[in-house]
Amino acid sequence: MNQAVNEPNSYLDAPHGIASWLLTKDHKRIAILYLISITVFFIIGALFAASIRVELMTPEGDLFSADLYNKVFTLHGVVMIFFFLIPSIPATLGNFLVPIMCGAKDLAFPKINLMSWYLYLIGATMTLMAVFLGGVDTGWTFYTPYSSMASNTNVTIAALGVFIAGFSSILTGFNFIVTIHRMRAPGLTWFRMPLFLWANYATSLVMILGTPVVAITILLVGAERALGFAIFDPRMGGDPVLFQHLFWFYSHPAVYIMILPGMGVISELVAAVSRKQIFGYSFVAYSSLAIAIIGFLVWGHHMFVSSQSIYAGLVFSIITMIVAVPSAVKTFNWTATLYKGSITWDSPTYWVIGFMGLFLIGGLTGLFLGAMGLDVHLHDTYFVVAHFHYIMVGGGVMAFLGGIHFWWPKMTGRMYPEVAGKIAAVLVFVGFNLTFFPQFVLGYLGMPRRYHAYPEEFQILNVLSTSGAAVLGAGYLLIVIYLVASLFKPRNAPANPWGATGLEWDIPSPPITANFATDPIVTEDAYNYVGRARKAGEK
Amino acid sequence: MAHTDANANGHTKHEHHPALQHHFHSMAQQLEASVLGMWVFLVTEVMFFGGLFMAYILYRNLYPAAWLAGSHELNELLGGVNTVVLIVSSLTMALAVRAAQVGSRIGQIVNLILTIIFGTIFLVVKYFEYAAKFEHHLVPGAHFDPTRDPAQQLYFSLYFMMTGIHALHMVVGIAVLLIMLRKAWKGHFSAEYFAPVEVSGLYWHFVDIVWIFLFPLLYLIGKHH
Repeated sequence: MNQAVNEPNSYLDAPHGIASWLLTKDHKRIAILYLISITVFFIIGALFAASIRVELMTPEGDLFSADLYNKVFTLHGVVMIFFFLIPSIPATLGNFLVPIMCGAKDLAFPKINLMSWYLYLIGATMTLMAVFLGGVDTGWTFYTPYSSMASNTNVTIAALGVFIAGFSSILTGFNFIVTIHRMRAPGLTWFRMPLFLWANYATSLVMILGTPVVAITILLVGAERALGFAIFDPRMGGDPVLFQHLFWFYSHPAVYIMILPGMGVISELVAAVSRKQIFGYSFVAYSSLAIAIIGFLVWGHHMFVSSQSIYAGLVFSIITMIVAVPSAVKTFNWTATLYKGSITWDSPTYWVIGFMGLFLIGGLTGLFLGAMGLDVHLHDTYFVVAHFHYIMVGGGVMAFLGGIHFWWPKMTGRMYPEVAGKIAAVLVFVGFNLTFFPQFVLGYLGMPRRYHAYPEEFQILNVLSTSGAAVLGAGYLLIVIYLVASLFKPRNAPANPWGATGLEWDIPSPPITANFATDPIVTEDAYNYVGRARKAGEK
Repeated sequence: MAHTDANANGHTKHEHHPALQHHFHSMAQQLEASVLGMWVFLVTEVMFFGGLFMAYILYRNLYPAAWLAGSHELNELLGGVNTVVLIVSSLTMALAVRAAQVGSRIGQIVNLILTIIFGTIFLVVKYFEYAAKFEHHLVPGAHFDPTRDPAQQLYFSLYFMMTGIHALHMVVGIAVLLIMLRKAWKGHFSAEYFAPVEVSGLYWHFVDIVWIFLFPLLYLIGKHH
């Protein structure tokens, strides 16, 4: 801690005090603020999840009434999706790393970046208020006409919270796009950019194009509830299915908001742990854009059984198959990168391997659901629940945690115990599979989602799932414990603990407020591991 | 801070403009970032209004008669006057940006004031239009004229959402221009630094263009003979 006086302070030390954090415009501090807030909401969402799993231990609905159960799964979904998953990687790792990877001092609009965090907090607080006022029971999708006409719960305030949090997401995407376009260091051409930047760029496109549509949709539901307007009201000739179209136009691409940044993280980690240039760099880069664009054309696959025409269903089904291609491109290229790499078995490696296994299962079962004929059978069953948890938790959260483990030394200046990191990764992987794999089977056998009671023959699989959730929870808890504990130890992280390439590893851990003492110039491609190793060998 | 240190050490690099933020290298980069930022923001606005236009397209196709009847309740003269007012305000806005770029303080002040006045006229006219709708029981909800086809409630719901959100954007625009006016008054802007006026102008033109679409779609149905 007693550094030489002339050296500039790290961003953690610079000015002290609560105000210096709450009014900060430093992208790194805003990333930390976001990290703390989304962790709190992850824990809240996880408590709802645990309640669901406990209720489902027995076939009878004995813990909650049906109405209360509706509220619990609604709040689990709303909190996890809008207040954890969507901001997770972009607002924390993205906020921290995008300017540094660009070689810039900050994001293009630092004040707007801080504003986005406050909007997030306001939105999240409003949604929590809905919990204390008695909850919401519409499901996270807020489907009309139930949400606009029938539900007498706190739909308006919860939806307004989501509406406001949406703007925080828009502002993050907006900042990333301008920063990546206008603030890259000299020599950092588009095809020298780390793939994390490509992934966040593609994510930002989805954020700015999709989020406004769900914003206006929520506003229309609000106008129906609060002002008595008629938009989706069938009594006036309104069409509730229009809501579903507008909602999924955002909410399907929102799945890519949750997974694309994770893919960016994994691209960084795969190259670092196998000490190789990523296989087929430009394909991986373009596949992010392809996912962002094609992802806007598949929303109808959520509506195969909502009165959509069979031809529309066919087209959406085919495009859904097509959007799997760029994801497959990434998975194959990561595998090819590992092939003949000098793989180091540090804790980030465990998360990478775990991600690839879970994302593979999540992606392939997505194809089952995208096939229209099969979807009619599996629609609204636990198969769907298992599928999207494999993508969002198995993919998104594994990548988020992998990224946190990889960049934790950079963000905090501290190393965590390696062994604990590996144990946690294994616990999460095993616990996750134990929780959600039985749900594929349950869904295939016909157990519908969103019920608090079920026939007795499903009990064994449900008990398996609940015990898996306990293991998963232990894994998450372990991570929180050793990461927080590491903060109380002296700063011991070297600038580049993993021997990785990238601008962020050339600066001290933690970085100084201005990121770079002198403005960097980029002279090599991303992931030049082989070139650097050769150079080191010559010396 | 870094700049003053550098100067103290005798590194008298080129003077920084006081409006240059620390994380940009040059005024040109800062301007480019601001302008791109506003365009990106306007893209989100297009998508925001896009949801409303989608609903409009669907329901107009389903209920052409209700749309025709609803449109006949609107005052196309007032709507037309407002259209002209907004187009002229876009001209004065463009002149204000030009004045900022060439560093004419008076030109900025005069044109910004004119733009604000036109914007306010638009809102006043809009107020009288809305008041008439309340009088004639055309506001959707419990007080809607029960003798009318219920599908007209869809028309008027969209009318109020579209023009209401547009009017809200006008209010924000006027607030932004008032801030610009204050800065122009104090002589903040020059040929080197005019980005705020330029991006405010982009926003103003966007709000204007939305109205150019709203006017025919809402007011002029069946008026082509």
